[in-house]
Amino acid sequence: MEIHVKVNDKPVTWNVSPGEKLLDVLRRDGYLSVKFGCGEGDCGACTVLVDGRAMRACLLLAGQVEGRAITTVEALGTPDAPHPLQTAFVECGAVQCGYCTPGMLLAAYALLRENPKPSEEDVREALDGNLCRCTGYKKIIEAVLLAAERMGRS
Amino acid sequence: MSPKRDFKVVGHSVPKVDGMALARGGALFCADLLPDGCLYARVLRSPHAHARIKSIDASEAEKMPGVHAVIHHGNLPRVMRTTAGQGAPEPSPYDFTTFDVKVRFVGDRVAAVAAESPELAEAAIAAIRVEYEQLEALFDPRRAKQPGVPVIHDEPDCKVVIPIPYEPGRNLASHVDMQVGDMEQAWGEADVVVDREYVTQYAQHTPIEPHVCLAEPLADGRLRITTSTQVTFHVRRIVAQALEWPVSRLHVVKPRIGGGFGAKQEVLIEDVAAFLALRSGRPVFFELDRSEEFLSRTRHPMIIRLKTGMKSDGSLTGVDMDVLSNTGAYGTHGLTVSCNCGSKVLPLYRWPRIKFQAESVYTNLPVGGAYRGYGATQAYFAMEVQMDEMACTIGMDPLDFRLKNHIRKGETSPVFKALGEGSEGVEQSIGSTGLAQCIKKGARAIGWKRKRGKPGKGPIKRGLGMCTLMQGSSIPEVDMGAASIKMNEDGSFNLLVGATDLGTGSDTVLGQVAAEVLGVGMDKIVVRSSDTDVTPFDVGAYASSTTYLSGEAVRKAALDVARQIKKVAADMLGVSHRDCELEGGAVVAGAGKSVSLAEIAMRSLYEKDQHQIAAHASHITHKSPPPFSAHFAEVEVDCETGLVKVRKYVAAVDCGTAINPRLAEGQTEGGVLNGISYALCEEYLFDEKGRMRNDSFRDYKIFSTRDLPELVTILVPTYEPTGPYGAKSVSEICINGPMPAISNAIFDAVGVRLRTAPFTPERVLAALDAKGAE
Ligand code: FES
Ligand code: FES
Repeated sequence: MEIHVKVNDKPVTWNVSPGEKLLDVLRRDGYLSVKFGCGEGDCGACTVLVDGRAMRACLLLAGQVEGRAITTVEALGTPDAPHPLQTAFVECGAVQCGYCTPGMLLAAYALLRENPKPSEEDVREALDGNLCRCTGYKKIIEAVLLAAERMGRS
Repeated sequence: MSPKRDFKVVGHSVPKVDGMALARGGALFCADLLPDGCLYARVLRSPHAHARIKSIDASEAEKMPGVHAVIHHGNLPRVMRTTAGQGAPEPSPYDFTTFDVKVRFVGDRVAAVAAESPELAEAAIAAIRVEYEQLEALFDPRRAKQPGVPVIHDEPDCKVVIPIPYEPGRNLASHVDMQVGDMEQAWGEADVVVDREYVTQYAQHTPIEPHVCLAEPLADGRLRITTSTQVTFHVRRIVAQALEWPVSRLHVVKPRIGGGFGAKQEVLIEDVAAFLALRSGRPVFFELDRSEEFLSRTRHPMIIRLKTGMKSDGSLTGVDMDVLSNTGAYGTHGLTVSCNCGSKVLPLYRWPRIKFQAESVYTNLPVGGAYRGYGATQAYFAMEVQMDEMACTIGMDPLDFRLKNHIRKGETSPVFKALGEGSEGVEQSIGSTGLAQCIKKGARAIGWKRKRGKPGKGPIKRGLGMCTLMQGSSIPEVDMGAASIKMNEDGSFNLLVGATDLGTGSDTVLGQVAAEVLGVGMDKIVVRSSDTDVTPFDVGAYASSTTYLSGEAVRKAALDVARQIKKVAADMLGVSHRDCELEGGAVVAGAGKSVSLAEIAMRSLYEKDQHQIAAHASHITHKSPPPFSAHFAEVEVDCETGLVKVRKYVAAVDCGTAINPRLAEGQTEGGVLNGISYALCEEYLFDEKGRMRNDSFRDYKIFSTRDLPELVTILVPTYEPTGPYGAKSVSEICINGPMPAISNAIFDAVGVRLRTAPFTPERVLAALDAKGAE
């Protein structure tokens, strides 16, 4: 069946079979920042934004996002002008292996859009479903708070 | 080397060289690199814990359109080997072949297919008919050596390739022992003898990227394997062994790795992808799903009996540690992990008499392997809980007890020589230790004197616990790392290292070492690591070796390049090379005389006496200098529910010079949280048939942001004379602390000792009940 969506502001048409997961379709279409970690909705590596809300691409069927706007990390900043979250992640040491990073960034991005001045508690809450085995999360939380502070200033 | 401290690049928290590319979601991981026409592999896994395969009928699967290869024991060569990604000859038994006629745990491999799509591969797997003869299974490691129990490796061709004890007929995968001094005397002299048993559980690394690889037949008849591995060069050697090929026909590449923690020090899936690629003539992609990842490799569960003696003034009289390690269905890393229980733990204190014995036994359960901490994690649980108990018995502050007894700079331990990697170890004395400082600084940060022994009123009690730790830095006289550096026109350098960055940041750390020597910024160092066609050899990322071992190889290569640069510069400036210094991207020779590296490179490449300024160096070590650490946990125990919460955790670490302090902190924080999660909730649950019941993140919980306590990392700098710029290791040590520190804190809070992990609410409640009943 045909699906019409916007990915990173670009209209695209996908030909998908009914059971296909959004995660697989996005990856097949070259949005490789969306990662497979469990395929069961438990790790957050596949987080994307659907109409601005952080969702698990492995739990959504492609058919469920007809007409929606999807955002992946590819759309967050440019090589010359990375998003403040990306800069903060790198500076704070929030990226170790980087496999959880795209999902973390999008979960954080969705948080900051709703709540530009989050407390540490808010950040913990927003990232709770995103697993990271490398960092111990501390530097990730620091990075989100730093980015929020910088974005608030500019 | 003199302990020069005014470093320009080393000791600074420069951002990771791959950090921004990763934060931009770059296509850098194995699964991002699939070529057109790629096939997907799936493996058929055993539903039985122990069975003989009577027959396999794959004819239906083979006939399915879109299925391009089916492999199983009937159509592949039988080549006994180990999956352990260790140096050759490996100290792990050769008890494994790609597909065997027997299956030895639920999830063991039976057959594999490659097909046009994952769904088709799944369907093909389902179409393979297997007839099993079920055998009695063995699940209890304590029973493994008893007569009459099932023999798990009864194949005649399993063997060891170095002279070490191996008795598969008794399910004994390894045995090691040592003794120094008379133990009767140890107990005779003691005023207090404590004799306890500690039990640790099955746990998994859970890298967020599972094991994944891609095998591609190349036009010239070679095979390229892109794989998420910690041991790129061992993959080449071991897959060549499986294929019965020369290594020259294999090209193994490591892309970015989504975490490994030891799970990927195993050559576990590459053989399957390689065989399928060769059979089909097509690229084959093989990625484990999450439930398969749980069945890949685990932390060896152990039963440790520990007997210790001391006099009433707290001086030690002797230690006897007896380790029973469950290696599961295969013996990979069995011996060396259990050796580490002794070699990384017993030297921490000045025991006048030492007895150590460790056996690993086969069972029909998932397979143990390398896991960050590597045996030291399990044994430190035993040792540090017992040290706490000993101190409490004589009314001594556990902190003072450690300060009194820990090994000092310049001292040695007989354990270093007695226990190696399946052979004798290497004698060494301690060249640097900041342990006393770690203890003092950590105690201050947690409020030790102020808060300890004050559980408070009400059902929620508070407690403080601590422990001390050491690890090693590389395997002395075994591990080798190498590096090459060449200079480019613009005064930049290619740094080629065999070392494997698995997310730890070693590309950055090694780049910093090169930049420091060459007097340039990180922007002038282009790092390429772990590509068997391109980079020199390295054993890979394990045994806490990369910074200490490979870092010194980089430093040596850079010094050689610096010497060559100075020679050209001296000629250009008309001075002696002895007066030349590299700094700020130039060679400076006293007042006003300088020439840029770019000018030097242009001259050497194009103008005069043309040559490539380049060097390579190898390094082996004769020591494995331990990093030291003191950990402190503050917990809350809810006496009504049994729930243990860590409020605050302090890790003070002496890793020598931290080449990149932020990365060293990150290693510590990640290790600590993994350790806390292991101590409190991570545990495999099995049904009576040996099947893992909780093989998903929903049922096997690992800590997430909400569970995170306040983490404090304190780096305590020392200078290790044998390491690059004074560095030792940092990656493994910190996972060892939480289990004992939390157990000790629980004791401080509620007066019960937890010696079986993890400390789930049920276990805590049971312990409280048992105490109440006393
Ligand atoms: S892959 Fe979607 S939540 Fe794990
Ligand atoms: S950085 Fe590796 S999983 Fe988060």
